[in-house]
Order: sequence, then C-alpha cells, then structure tokens
Amino acid sequence: MADDNKSASHEVRSNLPPLELHVPQPKFRPGDPVDYSHIHVPKAGKQARPDIAADAKETNELVYDLVRVLDDDGKAVGPWNPKLSTDILINMLEKMVLVRAFDERLFRAQRQGKTSFYMKCRGEEATSVAAAFALASDDMVFPSYRQQGVLITRGYPLIEMVNQIFSNKGDKLKGRQLPIMYCSREHSFFTISGNLATQYPQAVGWAMASAIKGDTRIAATWCGEGSTAEGDFHSACTFAAVYNAPVILNVVNNQWAISSFSGFAGAERTTFAARAVGYGIAGLRVDGNDPLAVYAATSWAAERARTNKGPTLIEHFTYRTEGHSTSDDPSAYRSTDESKDWPLGDPVNRLKQHLISLGVWDDERHAALDKKMAETVKDVAKAAEKNGVLGHGLHQPFATMFEDVFEELPWHLREQSEQADRERAIKWPNR
Amino acid sequence: MAEQMISDEAASKSGDQPDTPRMNMIEAINSALDVMLSRDPNVILMGEDIGYFGGVFRCTAGLQEKHGLTRVFDTPISECGIIGAAVGMGAYGLRPVPEIQFADYIYPGIDQLISEAARLRYRSVGEFISPLTVRSPFGGGIFGGQTHSQSPESLFTHVAGLKTVIPSTPYDAKGLLIASIEDNDPVIFFEPKRIYNGPFDGFYDKPVQPWSKHDGSEVPEDYYRVELGKANIVRAGTEFTVLAYGTMVHVAKAVVEAHGVDAEVIDLRTLVPLDIETIEASVKKTGRCLIVHEATRTSGFGAELAALVQERCFYHLEAPVERVTGFDTPYPHSLEWAYFPGPVRIGDAIAKLLKD
Repeated sequence: MADDNKSASHEVRSNLPPLELHVPQPKFRPGDPVDYSHIHVPKAGKQARPDIAADAKETNELVYDLVRVLDDDGKAVGPWNPKLSTDILINMLEKMVLVRAFDERLFRAQRQGKTSFYMKCRGEEATSVAAAFALASDDMVFPSYRQQGVLITRGYPLIEMVNQIFSNKGDKLKGRQLPIMYCSREHSFFTISGNLATQYPQAVGWAMASAIKGDTRIAATWCGEGSTAEGDFHSACTFAAVYNAPVILNVVNNQWAISSFSGFAGAERTTFAARAVGYGIAGLRVDGNDPLAVYAATSWAAERARTNKGPTLIEHFTYRTEGHSTSDDPSAYRSTDESKDWPLGDPVNRLKQHLISLGVWDDERHAALDKKMAETVKDVAKAAEKNGVLGHGLHQPFATMFEDVFEELPWHLREQSEQADRERAIKWPNR
Repeated sequence: MAEQMISDEAASKSGDQPDTPRMNMIEAINSALDVMLSRDPNVILMGEDIGYFGGVFRCTAGLQEKHGLTRVFDTPISECGIIGAAVGMGAYGLRPVPEIQFADYIYPGIDQLISEAARLRYRSVGEFISPLTVRSPFGGGIFGGQTHSQSPESLFTHVAGLKTVIPSTPYDAKGLLIASIEDNDPVIFFEPKRIYNGPFDGFYDKPVQPWSKHDGSEVPEDYYRVELGKANIVRAGTEFTVLAYGTMVHVAKAVVEAHGVDAEVIDLRTLVPLDIETIEASVKKTGRCLIVHEATRTSGFGAELAALVQERCFYHLEAPVERVTGFDTPYPHSLEWAYFPGPVRIGDAIAKLLKD
C-alpha cells in the first residue's frame, strides 16, 4: 500500500527548493507550426576530413558537426566528396528509387490485408543504400529492421523479400519471422531481431572473430537513436573500443522511436555521435539525407576498420518521414509539418538534383525511373502472390514449427509435433 | 598448483589403473577446455578474469599462456557484451565458450541468450547457429550470500532452443563439457561450485572427502565425450527413485545410504534434453519418486519432473511424488545451512514417501 511507503511519507524540508523531475517534451505536437531554427545546418564541404590513420580523438569536433557533401545547388563539394563516377551515382539513385517503390507497394499490400505488418524507410534510404555501396559485398551487416536498402543494394531477389513479407509457401524463413525480418547468409545479411540493439554486440563479436582469424572482412551494424539507450549499445561500444574491433556502428537518428522523440535517448544534451568520444573511438555525425556524405563517411570508417585502425560510430542525422510501422499513425503524436519542413531535404531528391547538376540526368529520366521501379515491384509482388498471402497462415507443414529449435528433434518436440498434426486433422481436415 | 599436487598424489596411489589420473572438477574442466582448444582452432574462451589470472575458480589456469591471447582472453565486466559478442562470433563460425563468473551474474546477458542465441537457428532456418557453451559456476554451500549462490537452471530449461547441462563428477564434467562445446546448439553449462573440490554430501558439519577418494575423479587426459541427454544411474535400487543433478546427487545418495534404504539414485546430467526413458523405466520399477534440487521450489525444474512422472507413470505410482528443494527465498548468507535442502529435509521426504 502506498501509505506504507516510508520514503514517500517523510516530511519535506521547507528551507530547500523542491526537486524537479525533467520529463523531455518534443518541440512540436500535432497541429503545431514547425520551426527548425534550433537545428544548425552547417554549410556543405566545410567539414575537415581526418586522415584514415588519424587518432580517434581527431574526429572529436566532427561529432558535433555534420559531414555534408551536397550543397544547396546539388553540387558535391569539400574534402568528403567521394568523387564517384556517374555510373555509380546513377546506380545508387536507381537502388534508392527501387527501395522507395518497394516500400510503397508493400505498405499498400499490408493495408490490403495481404500481410500483418510492414515498415517503410522513406527519407532514410541513403543511410542504408549509400552505406552498402561503400562496403564490400561480403562485409557482414547486422541490420535493424529498417535497412532493406542494404539487402536490395546487394541484389537479394525482391521476390524472396515479398515471399517473406507474405509469409507464404515460398517464404525461405518458413513463415517463422514477422514480415521484413529478413535473413540471408549468402548476402552477408544477419537475421534481423525484433529486440532492439541486440545486433550491436553481435556485430562487434563477429568483427572480433574476423580479427581473431586474420580475415579481411569487417562488420557493420545499424540501430535507431532510440535504441542507443539499450545496454547492448553500450556493451557493444565498450567491446569495440577494448578490442579495437573492425566494425562500423551506425546510429540512424531519424528523430523518432515510435512516438518517443530523440530526447528520450538523450538528444536534448548532446549528439549521438558524441557517444564515441566517451568510448575513445572515432565518431562522425553525418547528414543522413546526403547520399554522398553517407557514402564518404562509411568508406572512411570501412578503410579504417580494414587497416586495423578500429571502430567508428556514425550518427546519420535524418528524419523518419513515415510512421514507425503499419501499426502506428504518426499524426497522433507529432506535427505533420515536421516532415515537410525537414531542413535536410529528401535523399532521393538530393541525389537526383546532383545528377541533374552534372548534366547527366533530368526530370523525364527520373519520372521514367520511378515508373520502371514501380512496375518492377508490381510484377514481383504479383509473382510472389502466386505463392499465397498471409491469410489463414497455414502455408507450411506443421512439422516446420518444431524444426530448427535444436539441430536434432528431441523427444518432447517430436511428441508435440505429432500432437500438432493430430490437431490439424481435426481443426482443418481439408487443408 | 595445489590441486595438481593432490591429483598427482592420488594418481600414484591408485595402483590398479596407473594411466588414469585423478582430477578434481576444476582440473577436469580445465582439461576439457585444454583438449578442445588444442583440437579445434575455432574454440575460444572469454570471460571476466579468465585470461592471465586463470579464472576466480582457476578453471582456465594456464590456458592463455598455452593457447595465446586471442584464444583465451579477459573481457569487460558486461555479461550482455560477453554473450552478445559470443553470438556474433558463433555466427562467424567460431565455437565460443564464454564464462559467466557466477550464475548469479548471468541476468544482464539473458536477452542475448533467450532472444538471440536460443533463436538464431530457428529464425534463420539454420543459416546462422549459436554453437556457444556458456560455462558458469552455480549453487550454494560456500557462504556466497544471495548473489553467489543461486541455482537459476529452470530459467533456462524454460527457453526453447537452449540446452542445460549440469555435471556431478570430474569425469562427467570433462566429458559433458566436451560434448557441449562440440554441440551445434547453445548450451548452458552450470558447474556446481560446492563440489569443485570434493563430492560434498550435505553433512556440512563433517569433513568433506576430496575427489581423489571418489571413482568419478578418474579422468582420462585425452579427448572423450559424455553424450548429452543420457542420465546416469549412480546407485541401483528398488524401493524408490531419486531424481537429482549436480551437488544434490551426492547429498541424496549419502542420505539414502545413511537411512539404509534401497533407493535408485539417478543423476540427470542434462536437464534439456532430458533422458525421459531412464526416468520412466526407473519409476515404473520402483513405484515411488523423490525429486531433489537446491533451486527454489515454485516453478523449479522439480515441478516439470513431477509433472512428467505423473503423466507417464501415474498407474505405477504407490505414493505422491515428493519434491525436496531450496526455500522460495533469496539465498541467505548466514542461514545457508538452514536454507540448504540437506539430510533432514530429504530424510523427512523419504519417510513420507515410504509411509504406506
């Protein structure tokens, strides 16, 4: 009973100011006009690029800055300009457009009742696509649930993604995982967990193993800014620092963790990149809506890791344009103007403008690309639908429910598997 | 090393089998780790204080010097990090054997065990596995207080995808540990620290015998396996069946012998997978069953055993299944021997079991 709580019932000393609890509040709620004047956007190209072999502390200023390459005119400027060929830039744009088209289609498929769940990455495409371009294809990635851009960039068949989302009979994961929790060892893409930041210490452990074995592959992992509050994040940073692990630790700061703004992970006080300073590892804060900046930062960190210079923490400063998932409505907790007025623009549009400024792209070609990718995804989704949609869910033999719990089926699971089949004969005699 | 001297002395005394050395449980575990580090280049050990120092219980003594800094190394004090990194190493292709210094410290790493290590094979359809063996001393009886005495095995037996192994002799400890390390599923390997140095029989006020006087201390130097999922009948009998594991095997056997009753004492050795056949055959033969564990009672592994026995042997039972366990309290420091399920509590249960 509350009345018995001794600490709550003692007498407050009247000669001292009462203590106050600070509960963070976001600047804007639904209906509020948005004013982003508190966000300092430095000029593109003004950020120094330390040598790959530099001591980690030489990045300390960059954790409070913002590495930017594309200026307001779409020109690539400054020391971080990765000077990518036109072919690579167009390829990158194609992948980002494809990711966006895929998200649009599969989000709709969920709304049409074809599956239970979907998560878009709109506005954050650069943080996975451009990063994947900067990594070797066999570098191991430990993604969170919003890095479909990595999988698509690495050429994972889209139809396998849709099969997984529909949990149909073609689903390679046998309908065991929530939609979008992909896995592909062949594409060096680790199985996605629904528990947040668990992939962080795993990525560090994988990188340690690679170093123990004298391998040349590095690891990269992603989590949202909200998940940096998890103990796993800090354990991972400690291990990465202690063992100088060849790993890239990406924090996608998209401002929102479901309905909790970044202040609930500490953003009112400092940046997420600044966490690196305390751990003594390299840290970069990057314009996450600038694909060239993301590419440049990732390749800088990758080269460091690959040359035994250790881990890098990269904060990608971006904005989650859509809801967290199909299960929430962001207009219930934040101002709709936030997305529209976001001071760093849209990553697809910025890369498009860059290509236009180079004279190799135009609105017509872009419209054609949008159309082509939408059609590609439409065809893939239709083909996958032939394998079924979630619906009743009974797409796999019931025995698959019991397989892979252990390498071999123990007696108790064998008994339970037989029970499930007996129940099936009664509950669904015709299926 | 003092333990080594004892085992050397013991070996020289056992005239009939001069080739099999005698080891206490610490030496047997050290030997298993040494054998596996030598046999498999993918085996690595990590944990708090396990490297240069050789572990707070000396289980890894000398192994860093012998196998190198990148095979046997110290870690930050972060069980989440230790187990999380081990999961990543397992995904890479290593066979990590992390040590959690005390079972009581395992909780910060439990998400990585339950949601990650135990689930990787399932959620990736076998593309990624977690062939880790988490070693951890567990159980009380050393005046360790509430944070160095717990027996949390049922938290892990409850998790789909984890195996739980608990040895009761040096011989079993080595063979089971080797089998665990070679197993492609994650294994929780709880080492009953009360019997690291001798088979404590529960009579806390009497001198403890050293392992050298126990048959289970004959431990071959080389590789051998004790298969997971196979119980051991440590004492054949007809009047009733005792199901126990770890320290309580020795306690139960001593009490049975002190009471002069002809009980069949079964050392489960592995809780998951469980050797149900041996249990079933024994209880059907004796018609009575006593379950003994040191862990707290409510939702303890004994509850699972009691349910299985009544499901499978009900029409053979001549008395209700009896459970002897620790009390449902934190492990008390000074009242340790009042808490411990020793000879008096077991004796009462035997009397009840044999009443009719």
